[in-house]
Amino acid sequence: MSAITRIKAKAHVYGDHIDTDRIIPGKYTKTLDLSTLANHVLEDLDPDFHKKIQTGDILVAGTNFGCGSSREQAPLALKQAGVSVVIAQDFARIFFRNAINIGLPVLEIGNHTIQKNAQLEVDLQQGTVTDLSENKSYKATRLPEIMIAILAEGGLVNYLKKHGNYSL
Amino acid sequence: MGQTISEKIISNHIGKKVFAGELVITPVDGVMATDTTGPLSLKAFDAMGGKKVFNPNKCALIIDHAAPSPNERIANLHKMMRDFARTQDIRLFEIGEGICHQVMVENQYVKPGDIFIGADSHTPTYGALNAFACGVGSTDLAAVMMTGKIWLKVPQTIKINCSGKLQSEVTAKDLILFLVGKITVSGATYQAIEFCGEAFEGLSLSGRMTIANMSSEMGAKTGIVHPAGLQLDYDFNPIVSDADAKYIQSFDFDVSDLEPQVSAPESPDNVHNISKYEGIKIDYAFIGTCCNGRLEDLDIAAKILKNKKIHPEVRMVIAPASQSVLLDGISNGSIATLIKAGASLITSGCGPCVGTHQGVPADGEVVISAANRNFRGRMGNPNSNIYLGAPSTVAASALEGQIVNPKKYLVS
Repeated sequence: MSAITRIKAKAHVYGDHIDTDRIIPGKYTKTLDLSTLANHVLEDLDPDFHKKIQTGDILVAGTNFGCGSSREQAPLALKQAGVSVVIAQDFARIFFRNAINIGLPVLEIGNHTIQKNAQLEVDLQQGTVTDLSENKSYKATRLPEIMIAILAEGGLVNYLKKHGNYSL
Repeated sequence: MGQTISEKIISNHIGKKVFAGELVITPVDGVMATDTTGPLSLKAFDAMGGKKVFNPNKCALIIDHAAPSPNERIANLHKMMRDFARTQDIRLFEIGEGICHQVMVENQYVKPGDIFIGADSHTPTYGALNAFACGVGSTDLAAVMMTGKIWLKVPQTIKINCSGKLQSEVTAKDLILFLVGKITVSGATYQAIEFCGEAFEGLSLSGRMTIANMSSEMGAKTGIVHPAGLQLDYDFNPIVSDADAKYIQSFDFDVSDLEPQVSAPESPDNVHNISKYEGIKIDYAFIGTCCNGRLEDLDIAAKILKNKKIHPEVRMVIAPASQSVLLDGISNGSIATLIKAGASLITSGCGPCVGTHQGVPADGEVVISAANRNFRGRMGNPNSNIYLGAPSTVAASALEGQIVNPKKYLVS
């Protein structure tokens, strides 16, 4: 994997069914200047999120994270804001694909009980998360091989630039 | 072993029999992107080394999410789409031509049995046509434009059978709201849905589009209405599931006594019988969107509002799903009826549903909308509340200034 594979950072924890309108409201999505997205990320859920987040921090959520629209601006906004990885009990499917495609790692951990401000250690290669605050370890659901290959290239753009086509 | 509709359509495309859980790379029959997803997609297309799209006749760009452009930033994104369409010789649907899903169906970019990929989450709408259609994001879409293919996991399927005939004042929208309430916003994540049974067989193409459209509100990859009763202007080979197809879950509902349904803030699955919400004062009524902006939606609203005026403290916005719907609504008089009743007609397109312009609600306001989503902030203001209902419910509520069951205006 070309990107950083081990991350040690703070968890920002939110609940279930966080939809893409909450991740980045539709009114901010129509831009190619991706830096503008970071100022509005999660603003209707937690107006102070963009101030709290430090580069490398980890976003943790419950079930069905990223439901709603197909807007790729949602994972892009999180990535721009400095989120290094998103952990959720499960993800909505378009968000999940989008995140991998833009090179934002996402880990599905069905039974996590990670609490606000926990210190986490993530090994992306192994798909493991250690909650240092609770001294508890989790194993993420394994991605399909093609997603691992896409993420290994840092996203779908690089994957196709290199391979020219898909292969299983 | 028998196959579901999704398994059959995918198998037909890759030339071998596949089943749920298998990972495949399949050719697609069409792709489209909008002005929300398109610009990022075109940027990704260039970045991944795209030169020519795989087939100009199978690709389309639609300017519908912020049309006409509300500011210079978006105007420039629209220009980028127009330039790309010209260079690649693909069709661009201009401002006002209509909402992506409506114009794709009207212009036969998608047909029964097809696999269609759209950079919009409501792409499953084409399941109304007995097609396999999925929403994706911008980069995935760019890859499809370049390669003509997509990778996907053959989905498991949930079968939803609805027996019984709907009451005359109950519409496809009430039925799908009821089902979203039962299945929940994540109940079909990654899965396909098949809708079958008497209640769907009696629906028009328009009603079937409303049903399939809200599959995405249950997290589904695609939602396909069984073809029984489907009438199109052209001949087609219907794809039906085998009797021994394997489903991950099956639901049976008798909907003959179903009441009009309302989804309350702030999740589409927060659905109850309308009686629970009757009397809630509204400020703003909206009919339009890929869910409910078609002719029969305008017609039912016009039937309720004929020779009447909407409540003085309510404003009403109408966005026909396409120019063709608009012209039909002009011809049959529904548009005039709605305007005379006090409604404001806006450009065909997504309009206020995506919270960009053309009718953002104020703080504390309550909206009754025929759209498909009521997430906080959806219409551009997180301090407003959105209730979802059928166009009939929206029209009757606009008339009375409060959420009301449209039954008395429809049943004589």
